[in-house]
Amino acid sequence: MFKILDAKQLASDVKWFRIRAPLVAKHRQPGQFVILRLHETGERIPLTMANADRNEGTIELIVKAIGKTTRELCKKEAGDSIADVMGPLGHPTEIMRVDHAVLVGGGVGTAVIYPLASALQAVGCFVSSITGGRTKELVVLEDELRKVSNVVYATTDDGSYGFKGTVADKLRELMADKRRPIGVVYAAGPVPMMRAVCELTRSAEIKTIVSLNPIMIDGTGMCGGCRVTVGDKTKYACVDGPEFDGHLVNFAELSDRLTTYRKQEQISLERAEHAGHQCRLNEAAKASR
Amino acid sequence: MSMTAKERMAISRQHMPEREPMERNRDFREVNLGFSVALAQLEANRCLQCKDRKCVSGCPVGIDIPGFLEKVSAGDLRGAAELLLSANALPGITGRVCPQEEQCEQVCIRGKKGEPVAVGHLERFVADWARENLDMKQLIGSPTGFRVAVVGSGPAGLTCAGELARKGHNVTVFEALHQPGGVLTYGIPEFRLPNKIIDGEVDRLRQMGVKIICNVVIGRTFTIDELLTEEGFDAMFIANGAGLPIFMNIPGENLKGVYSANEYLTRSNLMRAYDFPDFDTPIIRAERVVVIGGGNVAMDAVRTAKRLGAKEATLVYRRSRNEMPARAEEVKHAEEEGIIFKFLTNPVRYLGTEDGWIRGVECQQMELGEPDESGRRRPVPVKGSEFVIECDVAIPAIGTRANPLLTSTTPDLKTNKWGYIEVDESGATSKPGVYAGGDITRGSATVILAMGDGKKAARSIDQYLQGKTPKTAKR
Repeated sequence: MFKILDAKQLASDVKWFRIRAPLVAKHRQPGQFVILRLHETGERIPLTMANADRNEGTIELIVKAIGKTTRELCKKEAGDSIADVMGPLGHPTEIMRVDHAVLVGGGVGTAVIYPLASALQAVGCFVSSITGGRTKELVVLEDELRKVSNVVYATTDDGSYGFKGTVADKLRELMADKRRPIGVVYAAGPVPMMRAVCELTRSAEIKTIVSLNPIMIDGTGMCGGCRVTVGDKTKYACVDGPEFDGHLVNFAELSDRLTTYRKQEQISLERAEHAGHQCRLNEAAKASR
Repeated sequence: MSMTAKERMAISRQHMPEREPMERNRDFREVNLGFSVALAQLEANRCLQCKDRKCVSGCPVGIDIPGFLEKVSAGDLRGAAELLLSANALPGITGRVCPQEEQCEQVCIRGKKGEPVAVGHLERFVADWARENLDMKQLIGSPTGFRVAVVGSGPAGLTCAGELARKGHNVTVFEALHQPGGVLTYGIPEFRLPNKIIDGEVDRLRQMGVKIICNVVIGRTFTIDELLTEEGFDAMFIANGAGLPIFMNIPGENLKGVYSANEYLTRSNLMRAYDFPDFDTPIIRAERVVVIGGGNVAMDAVRTAKRLGAKEATLVYRRSRNEMPARAEEVKHAEEEGIIFKFLTNPVRYLGTEDGWIRGVECQQMELGEPDESGRRRPVPVKGSEFVIECDVAIPAIGTRANPLLTSTTPDLKTNKWGYIEVDESGATSKPGVYAGGDITRGSATVILAMGDGKKAARSIDQYLQGKTPKTAKR
C-alpha cells in the first residue's frame, strides 16, 4: 500500500497529492509517469508525476476528477492509501539547451510541464510558461510556475482571468515577438490543445515536444494498447514515450482512440454516483435513528 | 500385488471429466474438472513402468514420471507429490498448460498402440492434492546467506526462485505488475488455469521464504547494476518475459476494436474486465470477433471472446490445421465450444467505419507451398481470392518481440539481433553472476521451456555461488 501524506484541493475538481513511494521517487526524472491502481477491483491508470523528493521518498501527483477512477482518487485525503503505484515509467523529458523555451500547459497538463521549468532554467534557458483553462477555476499551478519560470502567462477561454483566449492564442503572440525567438515548445494538455499548438509551431518550424496520454494498462510495452502513430510509425507511448515530436503525431487517431470506452466510462460513472447516493442515504438513515 | 503388463494394457485411457461445452463457454470457470482418486489410480495403472524411460527424456524438467505414477497407482499420494515436486516447482500449472502431446505423452510407449498415459492429467491431480495436503517448509535447505534477485514472476522466475530457496538461498522476486504470475496471470485465462492455482503455487514459494515484491520494474525502478551493487544481491536471474506484441503492419491496425491478444487477455484475465462494471477495467463485448493466429494465445483469445458473449468467434490462420502450434486439447475444446475455424486464410487489411471503429477484416485465401525454414509448408496467397469477414473486434495473436526496457538500461548485457538476451548452455549472460531464461532469451515459447530454463539457471547460480562469500557478510 502507498500512503497519501498530503492532499490539497487546487480547484473544485483538481487535487494535489503527496504520496509515499520511495522506490519510485528515487529514480524519477521530469516527464516520467506512474501507473496506479486504487484497490483490488480498480483499473490501472497512468499519471505524470508533478514532482518527487528522493530524500523524503515521496512523489507528487495532480489529478483532475474526470472518470470513475480519478473521481474516486480525488475523494481521498491524507492518511488514505493507494493499493499500487508502479514506476517511474517512460523516458524522461529531453531537456534542450536553447535561449528561449516555452512551456504550454492546458488544465492539469500544467502538472506535466511544471517540473520541466526548473530543469530548463538550470541549463540556462529563458523559460516562458503559459498555463490556461476554460475559466479562472481551471487555471492551476500558476504560483508554483512563477517560482521556476522567467515569465508566466495565465489564460482563460472566457476571459475570467488573465489573457482572454486559449493557450495557443497566447503562444501565437509570443511567436510574433521577434526579440525573443523560441527554441523549443513543450506542450501538455487535452489533445485538441496540443494539436492546436503543434499546428502553430509547425509552419514556424519550432521544435515542439508533446506529452501524450493514451489509454494504457501495463505501462511496460506488453499490451500495445497505448499505440500512437508518430511519423507513420506505430509507437508505444509507455516505452517509446510518453513524449514525442508533436509535428509527427497523428492527433486525429489519438483523440479517436481515446473515445474507445466512452460507453463503458458512462456506465462506470453512473454506477459510482448511484453507489455514492446509496451510501449517503445509509448514513442519513443511521443518523436519523 | 503388482499388476501384470497384460492387466495394465487392458485399461483404456481415462477421460478427463469436463464441463459441458455450451455451459462452460459462457463463463470463465475451469473447463477440466480433475480426476477423482479412483480415476487417477486407474489411469496411473496404465503405465507399463518401462525400463527405457522415454517420457522422462521427453520432459524439459526431467520429472520421474514412471516413479510418481507408480506411487499414485499404489495410493501413496504424499510420496507421489514429493517426487513430483522434487523435479518441478509448479506442477499444478504444468499439469494444465504443458503441451504433453509433444513431450512426455508423445513418446509414451502406450501411444504406439492406442492412447498414451494421461501424464498431464495425473500431474494436475497430484499437484492439486499437494496444494491441499503438503507442508512445503520441510523442503527448504539450510540458509546459505546468499541473496539472489529474480526479475519477473512468470514460470521461469517462479521455478528458479523455488529451486534456489530449496538450496537455502535468500530469494527476492521482483514483479512489474501488481500481481505475481507473469503470463500465467495476465495471459492464460482462468478457464484453463484458474488464478487460485497460481496463487497456491506462489503461496507455497512464500512459505519457503521467497519474497515477492510487486510494482517494481527492473530497468526503471532499479537497474540491474543497482541490484548487484547498492542492493547487494550476490547473483541474479532475469526472466522478464517476451514483451511487445507484434502487429502485422497492415492498414487499419489502430482502428478502435483492434486489440493485441496481450491487451485483450490482460484486460480479461489480470484486470477481470469480464466482471465489468464490478471491476473497473472495461473490455469491448462484441457480437463478432476475429482472432488471427494459430497458437495457444490465439486459442485463449478466441475462447475468451466467446465467453464474453460473441455470437461468432472466428479464428483465422494462414496455414492449415496440421501446422497449428496450439495444444491439441485447446483446439479440441475450442471446437466443442463453437469456435469457427478458417484455415489457409490471412488478413490483408482492417476495414473501418466513418467514426473509426473496425467493421471487418479483409482476408486472402492461402495455399501451402514449399516448406520454409521452420519445416512447415509456406502459405502462399491465392490471387483474386480476397473476401471480408465482418466483425466488431479483431485480435491479432501472432507473437511478440523482445522488450527493450531492461536491456536498454543494461548496456553490458549482450543481446542478439532480435534483442533477446544471449545466454550460454548454463543460462549465464555476458554479465558475471547474471543469468537469464524464458521468453527474454528464446522468444515466444512455452511455459515448460521457461520453467526448464529457470531450473537450469538455479543450478548454475548455485554452482556460481559455491566458494564465494555473501556480499552482506562482507559489510
